[in-house]
Amino acid sequence: MNTVLLPLMGGVLIGAAASLLLFFNGRVAGISGILGGLLSPAPGEAGWRGAFVLGLAGGGVLLALARPQSFGAPVVPGLGVAVVAGLLVGFGTRLGSGCTSGHGVCGLARGATRSLVATLVFMATGALTVFLARHVVGGAP
Amino acid sequence: MKASLAAGLAGVLFAVGLGLGGMTDPAKVVGFLDVAGAWDPSLAFVMAGALGSHALLRRLILRRQRPVLAQSFALPTTTRVDARLVVGAALFGVGWGLAGYCPGPALVVLPVGGLTVVLFVAAMVAGMGAFRWWESARAARTKALPG
Repeated sequence: MNTVLLPLMGGVLIGAAASLLLFFNGRVAGISGILGGLLSPAPGEAGWRGAFVLGLAGGGVLLALARPQSFGAPVVPGLGVAVVAGLLVGFGTRLGSGCTSGHGVCGLARGATRSLVATLVFMATGALTVFLARHVVGGAP
Repeated sequence: MKASLAAGLAGVLFAVGLGLGGMTDPAKVVGFLDVAGAWDPSLAFVMAGALGSHALLRRLILRRQRPVLAQSFALPTTTRVDARLVVGAALFGVGWGLAGYCPGPALVVLPVGGLTVVLFVAAMVAGMGAFRWWESARAARTKALPG
């Protein structure tokens, strides 16, 4: 259940949520794009963007109440690394026009070559980073 | 108002999906990226579920003339695979691998995750701001160049 069915169900809900945003608002659920667009929103754009981001955080509060095991402890070795990681995620997702949701879900569902390339690249550098951090620097087995 | 309500509901549903799928547990994310260690394949099923359901539903939705609460569908039109796309995705992957949070899950964990996640999200927003600054500085330089 926990390795196949539950993740599959979670995924279906993510796909449904992205579909809901497309159906009602006509927008792609790329979270880095929605958040990035809040920094200097075009006229009439702040409302739905802010509401989506608040919905994500509100969903976090609901999950914490109903299913606290959804959250594990952070894995970053220190606050400095958390800041560096955040900077890379923020700058990288804007430069690359998307993240796991925009490219990995919406873009791939659209059949976009750009999104396939982006997804393969961030999966590869993510895996390489974990490999170096865990098995080279960390020396874990 | 209605459009914000719909977007807010989509956000809540998205968060619940991320949580059930395991994306809000950084150990699970790093376990998925750790292909040389004790690889945890479960997040591949999150991806499969999300992709499958959205690919199917978007086909049905795009048969409509326009979305329910907006004038038109705003879909990406760029098709170029360029250096920006590849370098941006590469930098993002490094940050994702370091912390185990991508933007969506980070926002879901933000209200309950403590100082580490607050700092991560603050740095993520700062990174997005830095990109805006870098891009406008670059545009100004290009304009200033003769010819």
